[in-house]
Amino acid sequence: MYPHILLAVDGSEHSIRATEEAIKIATLSSQSKIEVVFVADFSKAKDDVLHAEGAAGIEVARRKKLAPVEEKLEAADVSYYVTILRGEPGPTIVEHANQKQVDLTIIGSRGLNSLQEMMLGSVSHKIAKRVKCPVLIVK
Amino acid sequence: MKMSVREQWFSNVRGDILAGIVVALALIPEAIAFSIIAGVDPMVGLYASFCIAVIIAFVGGRPGMISAATGAMALLMVPLVKEHGLDYLLAATILTGIIQILFGVFKIAKVMKFIPRAVMIGFVNALAILIFMAQVPHFIGISTMTYVFVAITLAIVYLLPRFFKAIPAPLIAIIVLTIAAIYLNVDLRTVGDLGAIQRSLPSFFLPNVPFNFETLQIIFPYSLALAIVGLLESLLTATIVDDMTGTESEKDKEARGQGIANFITGFFGGMAGCAMIGQSVINVKSGGRGRLSTLIAGLFLMFLIIVLGNLVVQIPMPVLVGIMIMVSIGTFDWSSFTYLRKAPKADAFVMLATVIIVVATHDLSIGVIAGVILSALFFVAKVSKINVKQRLEAGKTVYTVKGPLFFASVDHFIASFDYEMNKQDILIDFGSTQIWDDSAVGAIDKVMLRLLANQNNVEMIGLNPESKKLIDRLAIHQDPTPKISTH
Repeated sequence: MYPHILLAVDGSEHSIRATEEAIKIATLSSQSKIEVVFVADFSKAKDDVLHAEGAAGIEVARRKKLAPVEEKLEAADVSYYVTILRGEPGPTIVEHANQKQVDLTIIGSRGLNSLQEMMLGSVSHKIAKRVKCPVLIVK
Repeated sequence: MKMSVREQWFSNVRGDILAGIVVALALIPEAIAFSIIAGVDPMVGLYASFCIAVIIAFVGGRPGMISAATGAMALLMVPLVKEHGLDYLLAATILTGIIQILFGVFKIAKVMKFIPRAVMIGFVNALAILIFMAQVPHFIGISTMTYVFVAITLAIVYLLPRFFKAIPAPLIAIIVLTIAAIYLNVDLRTVGDLGAIQRSLPSFFLPNVPFNFETLQIIFPYSLALAIVGLLESLLTATIVDDMTGTESEKDKEARGQGIANFITGFFGGMAGCAMIGQSVINVKSGGRGRLSTLIAGLFLMFLIIVLGNLVVQIPMPVLVGIMIMVSIGTFDWSSFTYLRKAPKADAFVMLATVIIVVATHDLSIGVIAGVILSALFFVAKVSKINVKQRLEAGKTVYTVKGPLFFASVDHFIASFDYEMNKQDILIDFGSTQIWDDSAVGAIDKVMLRLLANQNNVEMIGLNPESKKLIDRLAIHQDPTPKISTH
């Protein structure tokens, strides 16, 4: 049904819920492959470097964040691969999804109220608006 | 991973030019504010930012990183400027360059990798606190309008980027509020009250200081502190840019480049600087990747000063204060609070101690050095845990020693044996230990001599070759007439 599913994750609770939904959809067809996309956020680069032991340490810390997602995908026996991108999460995911012409984008929503949305900006909202493919936002 | 020189310059021309312009706009308020922190004319920071950015574009080891006048360096210069004046600062800047070049040549940059995380986190937090504290005299208790302008500046720099990102928000705050202050005739202190702006390119001159040993004595401690802090922040920034761009950089070349940049800058009337975390992040975010972005940032900054010099003196101080508060909030590592709870106690302590020492001494280099020493002590304490287990096996008393044996663990080692034993067969197993130094051999001697004195039959097994060599060379317990007091 959806050969190339992009699952955008940040290692949070919300992205784990999104993973569960992604598994449901991916298991409908044997041709579905999930691309787990994690964006190393530019505005967190300073924190990441300060709190990690060298370049290798940063990589390890990022893979650790993805561990719960990968565990779920492995347990469900879904075929998947991980892509780590760098930049501002919203635009970076949009650009990647459009460039790779994915068939479905799945992302978790943080469930912000309108004030938080104005201050923080909703990543899932931005993606839904700009990605040229069906989008599933998981609440 | 390494790019050719051509690629480092021209693989991203459009992105680099645009990002360079954005950075130049964002640099102006900071260069002025850091000059004011150091206690010198705004031109000193502006000339420094121009010279350093332009030179580092050619000689730096991390393409796309922005170096200029910085808060960390400015804070270190305060006492030197206050007591001896600008010329000594310029001389110190030149000497800082020489020290950094030497650090680069002798590959000290590699050693800086060993500075513990806790110390680095303490460093950025202390820097943030000092930048904030330096603003306090410029806005507390001056006038109500001062508070109002600081508040409006903060509102602009934090809220505006949500809707509009093309021009850096601090620059918009400066333009809008400077115009507002002039037209509404608000009585505020301005940059012009604190120093003059010359609309000319920097020129070469020798700092007016006596060329003798006394001068060296005055400037050397400052230069050394500046060299260390400058490299520390530059290498941290380089790692951040490496991570953001997913590329690698040459750390020793960067150290040499920082040195060359400071050395030349001192002759052109600029103060010592280093890489800037905030500006480098802005550069990469705006699409800057190559050396061209750094060069454009420096050139465009100078162009703006020559064109807009007259307006710069009219910038109200509260606006600069607001921008510096933003810089200090951005510099502070807000995940430190989680770190304090989750990190090992010793690390949390080192981080706090680094911050407290810096804030108390107003000297970032002292804090860093103290932090490194503290970490080393904690490390020694941690690895000095040695474990000696005693058991009976086939009529023999067997001691198994686990953990490294060196000066810090010898006391516990010596205390672990039963010296009441008499005419026994004793076996000491060194299979899981390493004998590191003279004190360790001395401790073994002490134990052996005491056990042998009670006519025990003692045998040592499991020594690895290096340990055995050390013992054969230094130990005295095989000597038939030794004295315990030797050790």
